[in-house]
Amino acid sequence: MADLSVNVCGVDFKNPVIPASGVFGYGREYEELFPLSTLGGIATKGTTLHLRTGNLSPRIAETPGGMLNSVGLQNPGIDHFIETELPYLLTKDVVILANIAGSTPEECAQAAEKLEATDVHMIELNISCPNVKQGGAAFGTDCAMAAEVTRLVRRATTKPLIVKLSPNVTSITDIAKSVEAAGADAVSLINTLLGMRIDVNTRRPVLRNNVGGLSGPAVFPVAVRMVWQVANAVNIPVIGMGGVSTGRDAIELMMAGASAVQVGAAIFTDPLAPVKIINEMNEFLDSKGISSVRDIIGTVQPW
Amino acid sequence: MKYTQGKYFIVRKQAIAREIYSFVIACPEIAEAAVPGQFVHIRADGFTLRRPISICGIDREKGTLRIVFEVRGDGTAQIARLNEGDTIDILAPLGHGFTLLPDAERVVLIGGGIGTPPMLPLAKYYGSKAVAVSGFRNASAAILQDDLRDTGAETILCTDDGSAGIHGFVTQPFSELAANGGIDAVYACGPMPMLRGVADICRKSGIFCEISLEERMACGIGACLGCACRISENGSERYAHVCKDGPVFRAEEVLW
Repeated sequence: MADLSVNVCGVDFKNPVIPASGVFGYGREYEELFPLSTLGGIATKGTTLHLRTGNLSPRIAETPGGMLNSVGLQNPGIDHFIETELPYLLTKDVVILANIAGSTPEECAQAAEKLEATDVHMIELNISCPNVKQGGAAFGTDCAMAAEVTRLVRRATTKPLIVKLSPNVTSITDIAKSVEAAGADAVSLINTLLGMRIDVNTRRPVLRNNVGGLSGPAVFPVAVRMVWQVANAVNIPVIGMGGVSTGRDAIELMMAGASAVQVGAAIFTDPLAPVKIINEMNEFLDSKGISSVRDIIGTVQPW
Repeated sequence: MKYTQGKYFIVRKQAIAREIYSFVIACPEIAEAAVPGQFVHIRADGFTLRRPISICGIDREKGTLRIVFEVRGDGTAQIARLNEGDTIDILAPLGHGFTLLPDAERVVLIGGGIGTPPMLPLAKYYGSKAVAVSGFRNASAAILQDDLRDTGAETILCTDDGSAGIHGFVTQPFSELAANGGIDAVYACGPMPMLRGVADICRKSGIFCEISLEERMACGIGACLGCACRISENGSERYAHVCKDGPVFRAEEVLW
């Protein structure tokens, strides 16, 4: 039995596996299938200052080796999260990463400020949403905008701040360095890759929003590459995600430089995927005689 | 138990029409918990998303569930390749089912095409109090008529091309039934235009009506918010989710 515990920004995780934001709601639906305390952490559904109704349907499309989604950040708002969902989650003996988003840097900062008075363990800031003040370009696609929103949220909170990066950029290492300089304690990546499918019979996009985020095994090699590049470019911890569906995938992402791993679309294929990934990581480490998962972080030996 | 996930044996497989298959699955704890109108979320090997399929039969004594599904694409084709004796990975029973009315004297069950299977558990519950109206493209696509009759329900068959039963849509015989009165509830599942037509007739006649909706779905349990549909509740509009709030909704709640 290998030691699976990790420490990210001073926060202890019993294992490095975290269901990613958006696939796991606020956890209640999965408690029916396995104890939430099995998990290292939970990244909660992206939550904004005010309630959001989200996009029209269809919001989901399957693609080879993955899927597209355009839920549009449907959520009940940060006050509901703090009053109704967070107290329940904090009883589950699992690290809670409160994922927040907003249409302006100020909205993100206000959401973070509201969390400051709670016992939530970490904040994960989603910078992949459009910045309405800057003509709708995503915060995460521009170094200056990414730094600005990080700076404002940093000022609003003393909690460990993870900035979740978009892969839809030319140089993700430049964005990572910008948010590190602006005060991020860690980065998590990759968010979904922007994609599109068209129904050739109707000539209509499958998603009502026309475009959506691609996730699933198809994006895994992109995640490995970006985690590796970012881990080599910054001095803060990296949380890896993107198409992880097996224990070996999780190990691979940690060898690329991730200190912990989030699991997204794999949960739709198999709702017990996070639990199986934890067990498979343990088996892999035991089979190699490695006593702690911490010993594999960033150990890839590039050619 | 509300729902569970596991691999269960397929004890009977039948091809009941072109590209339409019937599986009986041995899953006692799921059969015990399941109610009419709920669905099972089936893993298709090699695909990211599960396929939601409505429950067509619940046998608590035998501990089995029956599903009937149509091959619509590569995922359902993969599921159709499973055979008797194979295991099938299901997450079930899911969703909010039909409201059963113990005092109802007469109910109408309306199924359009592959929307017919979820009507069978209702026919079993209501027996001779039910009239099952089913509509199909043509005679060779017609399914489950004997099964519906075996429950004691009266059956009315319609086909789009007139190759069997009434030549026309289900709304034609149903509007006559509605005009005659005495119907306590209507349950329907099928294509949206059919559901809309049925809901219109029920609204005008003041009949209690529940419909089962379909939407592209990911988690199946209400976590990912992928399968949104617009409904009106106490005068305000909101997005409900087909997997958890549905698939069965009161017809007057649905914003078409």
